[in-house]
Order: sequence, then C-alpha cells, then structure tokens
Amino acid sequence: MTAVSVAAAKAPARRHLLLVVLAAWVLGWVVLRGRDTLALGGAELTPLHTALGEGMDAVDDSRNSNPFFLYFVNYIRLFIDEAVTFVQALISQPSFGRPVPVLGWLGVTGLAAGIALLYGNRRVALLTAAGFLSFGVLGLWQESMDTLALTLTAVALSLAVGIPLGVWAGLSDRFNRLVTPVLDFMQTMPTFVYLAPLTLFFLIGPASATVATMIYAIPPAIRITAHGIRHVSHETLEAGASLGATAAQSLRHVRLPMAKQTIIVGVNQTIMAALSMATIAALIDAPGLGQTVLKALQTLDVGTAFNAGLAIVIMAVVLDRVTSAASRRVEAERRAGRLRSPRGRRLEVAGVLGVAGVLGYLSYTYVWAAEFPAEANLGSYVRRAADAASVWVQDNLAAYTDAVKNLLTNALLNPFEALLTGSPWWLVAAAAVAVALLVGNVRAAVVTAAGLAALVLLGLWQDSMVTLASTLVATVLVMILGVVAGVWMGRSDRADTVLRPVLDAGQTMPAFVYLVPILGLFGPTRFTAIIAAVVFAAPVAIKLVAEGIRGVSATTVEAATSAGASTWQLISKVQLPMARSAVTLAASQGLIYVLSMVVVGGLVGAGALGYDVVAGFSQHQLRGKGLAAGLAIVVLGIVLDRVMRAATQRADAASHGGAHRTSHRN
Amino acid sequence: MRVVTLVTGAGLLLTACGGAKVGESGSAQSGAKTGCGTFNLAINPWVGYEANAAVIAHVAEKQLGCKVVKKDLKEEVAWQGFATGEVDAIVENWAHDDLKKKYIEEQKVAVNAGPTGNKGVIGWYVAPWMAEKYPDITDWKNLNKYADLFKTSESGGKGQLLDGDPSFVTNDEALVKNLKLNYKVVYAGSETALISAFRQSQKEQKPIIGYFYEPQWFLSEVRLVKVNLPAYTPGCDADPAKVACDYPPYELDKIVSKRFADSGSPAYTLVKNFTWTNDDQNLVAKYIAQDKMTPEEAAAKWVADNPGKVKAWLPTG
Amino acid sequence: MTVPSVARDSRAERSSAADPDHTQAPPVLAVRGLWKVFGPKADSVVGSTLPRAELKARTGCVAAVRDVSFEVRRGEMFVVMGLSGSGKSTLVRCLTRLIEPTAGEILLDGEDVRRADERRLRELRRHRIAMVFQHFGLLPHRCVLDNVAFGLEIRGVAKPDRYARAREVIGLVGLGGFENSYPDQLSGGMQQRVGLARALAADPDVLLFDEPFSALDPLIRREMQNEVIRLHREVGKTMIFITHDLSEALKLGDRILIMRDGELVQVGTPDQVVGAPADDYVRDFVSDVPRSHVLTLRWIMREPQPGDDLDGPVLGPDVVIRDAVRAVLSAERPVRVVDGERLLGVVTSAEILEVIAGEQR
Repeated sequence: MTAVSVAAAKAPARRHLLLVVLAAWVLGWVVLRGRDTLALGGAELTPLHTALGEGMDAVDDSRNSNPFFLYFVNYIRLFIDEAVTFVQALISQPSFGRPVPVLGWLGVTGLAAGIALLYGNRRVALLTAAGFLSFGVLGLWQESMDTLALTLTAVALSLAVGIPLGVWAGLSDRFNRLVTPVLDFMQTMPTFVYLAPLTLFFLIGPASATVATMIYAIPPAIRITAHGIRHVSHETLEAGASLGATAAQSLRHVRLPMAKQTIIVGVNQTIMAALSMATIAALIDAPGLGQTVLKALQTLDVGTAFNAGLAIVIMAVVLDRVTSAASRRVEAERRAGRLRSPRGRRLEVAGVLGVAGVLGYLSYTYVWAAEFPAEANLGSYVRRAADAASVWVQDNLAAYTDAVKNLLTNALLNPFEALLTGSPWWLVAAAAVAVALLVGNVRAAVVTAAGLAALVLLGLWQDSMVTLASTLVATVLVMILGVVAGVWMGRSDRADTVLRPVLDAGQTMPAFVYLVPILGLFGPTRFTAIIAAVVFAAPVAIKLVAEGIRGVSATTVEAATSAGASTWQLISKVQLPMARSAVTLAASQGLIYVLSMVVVGGLVGAGALGYDVVAGFSQHQLRGKGLAAGLAIVVLGIVLDRVMRAATQRADAASHGGAHRTSHRN
Repeated sequence: MRVVTLVTGAGLLLTACGGAKVGESGSAQSGAKTGCGTFNLAINPWVGYEANAAVIAHVAEKQLGCKVVKKDLKEEVAWQGFATGEVDAIVENWAHDDLKKKYIEEQKVAVNAGPTGNKGVIGWYVAPWMAEKYPDITDWKNLNKYADLFKTSESGGKGQLLDGDPSFVTNDEALVKNLKLNYKVVYAGSETALISAFRQSQKEQKPIIGYFYEPQWFLSEVRLVKVNLPAYTPGCDADPAKVACDYPPYELDKIVSKRFADSGSPAYTLVKNFTWTNDDQNLVAKYIAQDKMTPEEAAAKWVADNPGKVKAWLPTG
Repeated sequence: MTVPSVARDSRAERSSAADPDHTQAPPVLAVRGLWKVFGPKADSVVGSTLPRAELKARTGCVAAVRDVSFEVRRGEMFVVMGLSGSGKSTLVRCLTRLIEPTAGEILLDGEDVRRADERRLRELRRHRIAMVFQHFGLLPHRCVLDNVAFGLEIRGVAKPDRYARAREVIGLVGLGGFENSYPDQLSGGMQQRVGLARALAADPDVLLFDEPFSALDPLIRREMQNEVIRLHREVGKTMIFITHDLSEALKLGDRILIMRDGELVQVGTPDQVVGAPADDYVRDFVSDVPRSHVLTLRWIMREPQPGDDLDGPVLGPDVVIRDAVRAVLSAERPVRVVDGERLLGVVTSAEILEVIAGEQR
C-alpha cells in the first residue's frame, strides 16, 4: 500500500520536474539563441565525412585486387546476377536467342493462377489471374515481370537465409539476443543509406538490387520464423521429449510442422517487404516498375507514375492474398485433416499443372500468347484519369491546403524547430537527457546521451535537429490519425471494409507516386515531407490500433455498456486504455515508418538529413557525408525508440501496480 | 476435373488452330547489318539527357542494327558501370571533374568522346511574370530589395532561394553569404520539386526565385528568366567557400567506357560523332515531357525531320 | 452407483496384490531427498528450511519441490495430490528430467536416473516411462494413428510394426475407427484417449499422468477415470497420477501423496489419509469427504466389551463402512470384525451412526 501511494505521489512531482526542464530550456534558448548550434552548410564537410568518403573510394579501388572481393563478394555478385537473369529469361526478358521470354503472358498467368489454386483456393486463383492480366491491360507486362523476377529471386534467397537463421534464433536464446539488435538496425536503416554503399561491393545492377532487397526482407523472415518456432505449445514439446525425441526429431516432427503456419506468415511479410524494396532499388538499376515510376517523376508525369504504381499495388495485393490464403489453408488442414484424400490431391495437382503446361507451351510457341496484345492496353486511360484527378486536386484544393500548411508550420513546426536548432547543442542535449530520465529511466537517458554525442561526432547536429523536429511532428499527426481512424475501424466492420483496401494501397504504393500531387498542394516544404511520411506511416498505425480495439474482450465491453457507459465513455475509458499496448506499438511502428521516409522527404523540400543522404548518393564528394547522415538517421531512430519504450514501461508499471512488480523483480 | 478437361481441350484446339509462331517471321530480330551487338546506354535522370539517349538509341537500333539496352542510373552510379561493363556510354555529362579524374585518369576504364554540342547554363531564375512585373529583378544587386517577396514558411524571415536536385553542384549558400544577400537557401530536394514550384509560381503568380539550368525541357513550357550574378571569370570559383560569381558555362560532353571505345563498334562511332544544339535537345525533350510521347516516338519524329544531321553522325563506309 | 463400486472392487483386488505387508519386492521407483529450486544459485538453497515467501525475498529462488522422498511399488496406482502451486507437476517432470532436479536421487529399478547421460535418458524415456499430459500435447498435423505411433517412430520402429502396435492400443483405449481423424476433429475426452494410447504404445513400465482429466468436463472426467482404472487392471502398469482433485485421488489411488508448498505432507492409503490426517492442512482438506465412503470397519471397530454378544454376523476389516451399513444396522447383535480366524473387534449401530451423523454436520 505504501509503495503504491509513494508512486502515486511521485507522478505529479515528475510532471512538475518535466515542466521545469522545458521551462529552463526555453529560457536558455532565449538567452543563448544562435550560440554553439553546430550548423554545417550543404556543401561543407567535416574531416570525418572526408575520411568516410576516402574509405569508400578505397573500397571501390580495391575491387579487382582485394582477395575479399575476388574470392567472395564477386562470386556472390555473379551468382545473384545469374539467378536474377535466369528468372528474367523465364518470364520477362528475351532469352535463349528468342525475341521473347520462355513463358509469355498466357503461360505466366496460367502458372501463377495454378499455384494460387494449389496452395490457396479458387478465389485467390481468380484474383491472381485477374491481377496478372491487369499488368498487361495497364500496358506494363514486361516491367511487371521484371519486378516480379527480382522480387521472387530476392524472396527465395531471403528465405533460404532467413528461415534457417530464424529456426536457430527460435531454438537458441543466445543467438536470438545476438541477432535482435542487428535486425532492429537493418529495419531502421533507411534504404537509401545502404543503396550507395552496396553498389561499392556489388556494383550497380540486379545483384545490388537483390542484396538491398534482401537486407530489407530478411528481418521479417527471421523474426517471424523464430517466433513460430519459439511459441510451439510447450506441452507438445514436452510430450515429444517425454517420448525420448532427440533435438533433431523434436525440430523435425514437432516444431517445424507446428510452426508452419507462422512461417508462412513470415513468407508473406518477406514478400511484401521485398516488393516494396524492389521498386526503390530502381535507383541502382533494378529492372522493373520502379524505373517507370522514377522516370515518370522526372517529367512530373503523375499519370504514368500512378499507372505503374497501380501495377505495384495490384502485385502486392495478389501476392499478399495468395500467401495469406496459403497460410489459412495450412491452418484449415491442420484443424480438419487433409481436405482431400492424397489421391484426389495428386489428381488435382496433375490437372492444374497439365493446364498450366499447355498454356505455357502455347505461350512458348505462339506470338499471340507470348506478347500481350497491344489492343488490350488500357494504360493510357488510367494515365489520363490520374492526370486529370491530380490537376483537379491541385487546382481546387491548393487554397485550403496552403492555410493548413501555414498554420501547422508556423504554430507547431517552426517554434519547435527553432528551439531545437537555435539552442546551443549542449543545452538541447542536457534537456533531452533530462526528459529521457523523467519520462523513461536511467537506461533511456544513457542511450539518449550516447546517441546525441554520436550526432555531434558525425558532424550533423543541426541537420539532425531539423529532421528530429519534422519527425516528431509527423509522428504526432500519425498517431492522431491512427487513433481516430483506428478506433473507428476497430468498432465498425463497415469502416474496416471501406478503409482496409485504402490502407493497403497507401502502404504499397511507392511514395514517389503521390509525391507529385502532394508537392503540387504544399510546394517543396518540410510540410510536404511530413505529409508524405504521414501517408506512408498512418496505415500501419491505424491497422495496429484497430487490431487492439477489436482485441478488447467483448465481455468487458458488454459489462461497461450494461453499466450505462456512453459511446464516448466506452472508447475513452474502456477500449482505448485496454488497447494501450497496441496503441504504443502503433506509435513506435509509426515512428520507424516516419523515419524511413526522412530520405524521401529530402527529395521534396525537407532538407536536413534526408537531403544529405540523397546528395551523398548522387554527388561523389558528398558520399562520406551522406553515409554519416544515414547513420545519424539510425541513431535518431534508436534513441527515440528506446525512450518511447522506457516511457511505455514506466506508464505500464504505474497503471498495473508497478510497485508490486518491481519488488518482485528485485 | 471437368473444367480441367475442358480447358485442356480448348488449349489443344488453339494449338491446332495455330497463329504466328515465335521466331517464325516479322519478329524484332530483323537482320543485323553489322556486328554491332549489344550497346549499353546509361540514362541519367533528366529529360534532356533522355532526349540525347533516345535519338542515339533510335539511330543505333534502326540504322546500325544494334541491340540497345537502356539503363536508368544516376550519374555517379552510371560512372561506376564503366568499370564493370554494365555501361558503355554516358551521352550528356556535366563536367564532373572528380569522376573524370577517377575513372579516366586513375582507373583508365573510361574515355571522353567529345562534346555533345549542348551548352550548359546554371544560375538563378525567376518566373516570367516576375521579370515582367519587376524588370530590375534580373540584376542581383536588386535582390535584397525584393527579399520580402520571397519569404515563405521555410525561410525563417529571409527571402527563400529554392535549390534543386542534390545531384547538381551548387554554390548558392556561399553566394548568398558572399554577396551579402538577405536570403536563405531552401533545398527543394529534387528536380521534380523545383519544376513543380516554378510551374505553380507562374500559374498562381506566386513569387519565386531558384536554382535552374539549361538545356531543360521545362523551359519550353515556362520560359524562366535568368538573374544576372557577377560575371564568371576563370578561377573565380576556385575556392568553394569564397565564390562570389556566376556559375561557369558548361561544355556538355560524352563519356564512354574504354572497352567500348576499343571495340570498334559502329555504335561507338555514332556516339563520338553525335552533336546537336540546345534547341534540338529542347525540342525532343518537349516531345517527351510535354507532349507525352514515348522517347522512342519522340526520337523517331526528330530523326525523320532531320535526316541531314543524322547522316553526319553515321560511320562512313 | 455401480461405477464406484467397480472402482472399489478393483482397488480391493489390487491392494491385496500390491500390499506392502504381503510383498517384499523392491520398488519400481524410489525417490530420495528430491529438490527442485528455480532461480539464481539454486544449489545453495537446497537444504534451506525457510518458508517460501521468505526464501523468495532473501534469495530470489523458489523451491518448487523440497526434500521429497517416496517409493512406488510395481503395479501400484500412486497418486500425487496438491493444490496448484504445490509443486506436484514439477515433481512428476523431475522423474524423467523433463525438468532437471536440483538435488536428490531418483532410482528406477535401482538405476539412478539422474546419473543417466543424454542417450541413456532418451532410452529410459523411449522404453521405460511414458507420460500423459493435461492438455494432451498432441501433434495437430498428424492423424490419430500417426500420433499414437509417434513414440515408436522416433525410436526407429519400422512403419508396419509401429502401425500394427498403434492400432492395437487405439483399440485398447476404445478409439477404434478414429485412426485417420485429426486431433482437432475429436472431443477433449477422445483427444486424451489418444494421449493415453500414445503413452501406452511404447509399452512402458511406468506411466505418468499430469492432471490428465482436469481439462475435461465432469461427465467425461468420470468416464476417463473409469477407463484408467480398467486399463490399470488390464495392463497392470505402474502408474503415477497427478491431480488436484481429492475425490479423484481417493477414487484412483492405492496410495496418495499429499504435497503443499513443495513439501510432502503425508503419504498413505486413502483411508489413512481420511482417517488419520497428518496435520490440520490435510484434515481441513479431507473434512468434506464422506468418511463412510472411504473408511473401513478397521477404523471404527471397538474392542469387544464384556456385555457384547460375540455371535453376530462376521465382516472383514477392509470392508468399507458404507457397504457394511445395512448388515450392521439390521443385525441384532454387534457385528464381529474378523481377519481370518482372529477377532479384531466389533461394530455396532452406534459406531456406524456416529460416522454417518458426522457426515451430515
């Protein structure tokens, strides 16, 4: 009892301290404004940046002499290049002395639908056929197949590496602890940051693109596999052990079969990650739809970009639904036994493969089945419609959006940024560490101090502060949207049906596509970057919040309703508090997504770290600075994530009788 | 099962009926005239470049029988391609002395294939309506007078000078400082953002001043007006921190890989001979960017209209 | 009513076979001084006599099993009973080292299980001891036949042989006809029959049951209890049965071990536990048990007194009171309790009524 009351008494004290810290900071800013701000001009470099650049040059120069390259990296590159080229030869590029790939549109569509039928169900098979045909109808058959080839190769390699590692991480706590921070790092690192260094090792082309895609796509494969392996029913494992199963037998007969469904969920996530990266990899000469989007961007051709973006979304939806159906099928078979007798299954497989084989043969042999008929190309209509919509939006909404932009920029972003960038760095650092200590714990404060020191060392203090200001504002907007839309979606099935496809599209549509209309509305400003980040990050946050709201026990809701709670009371006093861990997760995921858009923000006026990365990517003398900026983004991500986690822990502890729990831990 | 039989039957029927067979006739594999082989052409991300590339690719494909592979790459990355054989040629290069030093002099994997005939101009531009309304704005000395016009939410009380794509070398921060201008450089971050800002400025009569360059297709849509900075003299930009003069004029040139130059490919001769004017390029760029032709269509149209110029590029004999 | 009496009969039958007084055979399983401590520096806690909460506060350790010793005889049904958290599930897992004990000795037919290396331990698990789990622990992706054959499969029995054996035990547990069903298609009771069959398939000497029926509803539970009693009679295995349910323990157990906070409180036959609780904890525990259902005449008979007529009807000392009620109440003279030729005591309506009245309170 006493412990609880002490904790309760401490909370207001903490809040007061927090206010004191903020007040001291503002005061310090007023007095010391402009001193020690560590500003660094766009083309200016620190010795560290120069050294990094020279280091990269050294790697570049040693490519054909260093044994590490000659006997290791170069072989990997050759192997991956060959693998991608082979898949391309099958479905997308003229090959083996023929003017067309081995399989034409008819064969590929047939095969894809067949696979969907065998592993999923009839509905997704139809969806697959329709989706693949639409690639042709949009006039993007070959580009789509290039993207598919790259994605599939990267997914195959990712799974070949990720599943065994995931199994290992699932079995070994030590390996799991070792690999988790590495995966965190891989997932927070903005993709742009490693694109350029990767080309140092693997040169431009499919190999680099595949490796970049793998870096992004392997973490979910490892994580989810490990989760599946780890969470196999303890008792079933014990049952195996009690029968005398060896570790290998237990893995083969118990863990792997029981984790199968979870592993397929991992495959799904891997595919989605790979697809989104395969489009960005266009920047380093990855073939496919990403190129179309990037090129359209140069002429501000919203229509073409949208058309290609649409193809990407369709591909994402098809791949997502097929793998989800496959995972559900595994679950259904698990529950109800095999759906058919093995003989029936064999017949079905033979039949489907037979049909696919015939279609494949046709598309191998006849021009009409190999090249998608040009008359069916409706891409130009889509392009024109998208263009018209974009023009209308820009013409008619610009007046309102300008007001919104100015309000948010002047009232929220500018003051906050001024405070962060105008104060001496040591003042900001001191305030940040104090805040981390007050809302989080000692560990969070230590991480914060170390992270801020790293920013200073990287020579990018001020740029980091500008980015930090925009990132926090964007995250706040994401969370407002996330909670509002998430609650709506979690409470209403109809809202769910309406919103979900929109969110799916928001997540898979390459950011480049919607940048142009947003640019038209808000101009090249930090606000544009914030909006782009919100578009990208909000779907995840909304989905997570909705999931949490839906997960609140129906009994509790019923109890509250029968006690006479109004809808508002139900939401604010029951559903949101009970969905708190989901909301927290949404915030941290939202933050990571926002950070991953920092670089894209650099392309549309956000400047700062994002611009540094992009500039480093395209200007030789700035490459060292670009790398440093990339690292700075990762540092920001780690610091924010840790502080947020610590704050959540503290809040959780306070709300669940933390005094009691801490005593247990000690 | 019945469906399966049906589909199989239909498939066999179609097989029987036939249709044009792959590789039988009329396919794209029309007779190669010479041993041109594959020609890997880098495509840098701006439309002017694409215009050069489209015309060269068109001529190489249709008149020399080459198999042209276009690779969309940023400049820096494209240069790396010389070392690996990924890239045979870059057909519009803006200076890049550092890269020339590295790849031509040190690694010896690339060679210069001469100028494209295009003259590159970099500088500060305003929208045409502004040049009309404030005629003296084109002199840098008057810029401080108009600084208030260019204030935005991004520029912190000063005038906003909009900078563009991070690929381009910029002295703007040093210029603002050294010319004592009451401006702040704001990075639009991409060519797209820059063009979109200028376009909006002209349409809504919103004041804007920013970094731009010629040749550029957008100039055929909105004829931006260049602001005169203190004239360029050789060496005035030697120290990046002390620059107080305009950007140098650029002779745009072509770079090819050493291997390609030594191969004796007719495509190399074509690249080497290729030269045209800013107007030529802007025209093709306009076809692509504004008239929404594909690069192939745009190139075909221009080549058809300018047979004389094309003839001069072709290998003799 | 017939069902309990079956149980009773079977027990009586078995008791005579496994009665310690009659057999001197060595125990199948002997456990001596067994400790299991969870937490840091577990070894140093062994031997500690601190109460649980204090131990936790001082060392951060939890002693789940502390200094437990007992022996199980061949063919016996040995029940370990305790409330949740009493350490009974940990105890049973220690026997095959699914949980590694901290200290003590476990002798299986004289062989120290704790000394067995990994390979030997596996051999023991594959051939000597099998276990049935609370939530069945079945493999959802395998049909009943493959689940039952799993233990044989991992020890390398050829397919036809293991299927033949699996079919046999499936028949034994009354699941014939469900060989190709999947666990999720079966009711809880049937799933546990699969678990039982899986354990029996390896033909082990000892069967461990970890609260096997607590996840089942009451009717099914009773049915399964009878099933186990039947199997026990038919296959004659030694069984160690964990439960938190006193009536289950009394119904099944030849002997019952009662645990509290990791410690052994009492070991004894059901009537010993009910008739002579070791302490207030056990007394409280068994207070609701109808004593007439558990206690035998031995527990209520008195010395014949001078005035008693000693020519009344005769009953054995192990007859349960409930079964003797009618005979005693209808007899006009005291009933004589006789073991063979020897007169042990007499029982009259007064003793019977006292027990019954005690239950009514």
